[in-house]
Amino acid sequence: MEETMRLALKTVYTIWLREAKTFVREKFRVIAMIGQPLLYLAVLGNGINSGVTLNGSGGINYLTFMYPGVIGMSILFTSIFSAVSIIWDREFGFLKEVLVAPVPRWAVALGKTLGGATIAIVQATILIFIAPVIGIHLSPGIIVEMWIMTFLIGVALTSLGIAIAARMSSMQGFQMIMNFLIMPLYFLSGAMFPLSSAPAWIKALMTVNPLTYFVDGLRNILFSGTTMASGGLVRRTIVEVATGAGLIRWSLLFDLSVVSLVAILLTATGAYRFSNQTE
Amino acid sequence: MNIIHVENLVKKFGAITAVDDIQLEVESGQIFGFLGPNGAGKSTTIKILATLLRPTAGKAAVAGFDVLANPNEVRRSIGLVFQDQSLDDRLTAQENLWFHAMLYDLPSSLFAERAEAVLRIVDLLDRRHSLVRTFSGGMKRRLEIARGLLHHPKVLFLDEPTLGLDPQTRNAIWKHVKALREGKGTTVFMTTHYMEEAEHCDKIAVIDHGKIQAVDSPARLKRMIGGDKIIVSGDDSLSDDIKTAYAVEVQKIGNDVHFQMAAGAEFVPRLVSDFAGRIKSIQVKEPSLEDVFLRLTGHSIRAQEASSLDQMRQAAQLWRRR
Repeated sequence: MEETMRLALKTVYTIWLREAKTFVREKFRVIAMIGQPLLYLAVLGNGINSGVTLNGSGGINYLTFMYPGVIGMSILFTSIFSAVSIIWDREFGFLKEVLVAPVPRWAVALGKTLGGATIAIVQATILIFIAPVIGIHLSPGIIVEMWIMTFLIGVALTSLGIAIAARMSSMQGFQMIMNFLIMPLYFLSGAMFPLSSAPAWIKALMTVNPLTYFVDGLRNILFSGTTMASGGLVRRTIVEVATGAGLIRWSLLFDLSVVSLVAILLTATGAYRFSNQTE
Repeated sequence: MNIIHVENLVKKFGAITAVDDIQLEVESGQIFGFLGPNGAGKSTTIKILATLLRPTAGKAAVAGFDVLANPNEVRRSIGLVFQDQSLDDRLTAQENLWFHAMLYDLPSSLFAERAEAVLRIVDLLDRRHSLVRTFSGGMKRRLEIARGLLHHPKVLFLDEPTLGLDPQTRNAIWKHVKALREGKGTTVFMTTHYMEEAEHCDKIAVIDHGKIQAVDSPARLKRMIGGDKIIVSGDDSLSDDIKTAYAVEVQKIGNDVHFQMAAGAEFVPRLVSDFAGRIKSIQVKEPSLEDVFLRLTGHSIRAQEASSLDQMRQAAQLWRRR
């Protein structure tokens, strides 16, 4: 039993290290990971910000509102991509080397999941340094909370990707994932528009999207250390204003609980499906 | 018990039977060849033995472990070199070996020494820190073989190990495989559709349409043909006359008459005197495994390739329609 556990942990570590090593070597991926969200913020965020104000936002500008959403988007993309590399490994044969090794497959899936989560944390850490430019104050507490939240959603999304990629044999399926999974998850996460003002059917879809709770949680975290003028001389934190205006929907504790639960369920699903694939 | 033991093994993919009730016994320390055209069921059998596929019926055991009941023990006992490459080309040669060593739980104190030894065998020691994506096809294959040897497997499975390699590399790989058998007593189980390659094996199983047609050493299989092949060209009635004179089966291919005769070289003077003035040329050929294959299956291994490709296409279509 102890021996099995030692082997499993060794496997998790090995797979994790490979994920990390190959990630660093793919310069294209690193550039895309940092460049894409910057582009969204600089062009889309600023463009919308200059022409649009959110209804009853209590003075929170669009760029501030969108910033946590853009972090959520980029983590979504990276995590799913991490997992989808399984299809890549299958096409290029490397997956066979892993599947025929005398190691528990769930440990392979777990290593892959942790690799995806690690990359998500690195990415979020880089993106958080834009915060001061947007007028958001950071503190060590905020960064630690963000790491925890990002780790959980990274685990959840990578596992979701593994669960899908475990049964997919060609890169052709990848376009399907892109169009019918990643984009809807993003659009329906509250990253671009608030849930409170959305039509009922969109609201329903947003409520079942785990990414919604991550974006909401991230707003809770990032907006907690910054105050703004609110009605005369009173200053309140952006969290309070945003909660009052319906831009933040739930408490951080609730968001964290939902994301944790989803992470556990998806990790189990991903590991199960990866273990039961043939070749 | 033998190191590989296969009993009534069947594997079906839908309506297609890829492996049809085969029996196999491989003794420890042998180089065992699986000879047959593409699509004959060679790779499917290897995948079952390596626990990558579940058999539809039957039993298979490797190194004393059942592939269904103890897949992990089987995996620990074997090394596998796949038909298509399975390296991570974003990692270096050394890192690919490290990855393998970790998954096979090789103690880290042993790793440096073993990695150096296997890289030396395949002559890649000076490229150990290069990314695999900079390697040629032959170098990648050699690295895969090195990786297969890293954990000192009891059985090394080689699926078409020299496919697409130049003759020089092919010879080098054979040299290593034989050295390995001598040095470590490793059992080698390989598939091939190259006749020349099958000659290196201690024992060959000829497989066609998922069925094993014969199992024996190359020399004994060739003896089964019953003599050397004699090819004579001459006048038009030569074929019939030879048939009646020696009571042999003859085959007319173009202008040539083919027949089998024991101790062919000693037979030539008699043939010349019997048919003086009627013969233009005589060739004597020792029987090849190609002849053995032809005799056993009724078709040549090359001709079979086209039709097995068609079979695969049909299978692919069937699969898509589901």
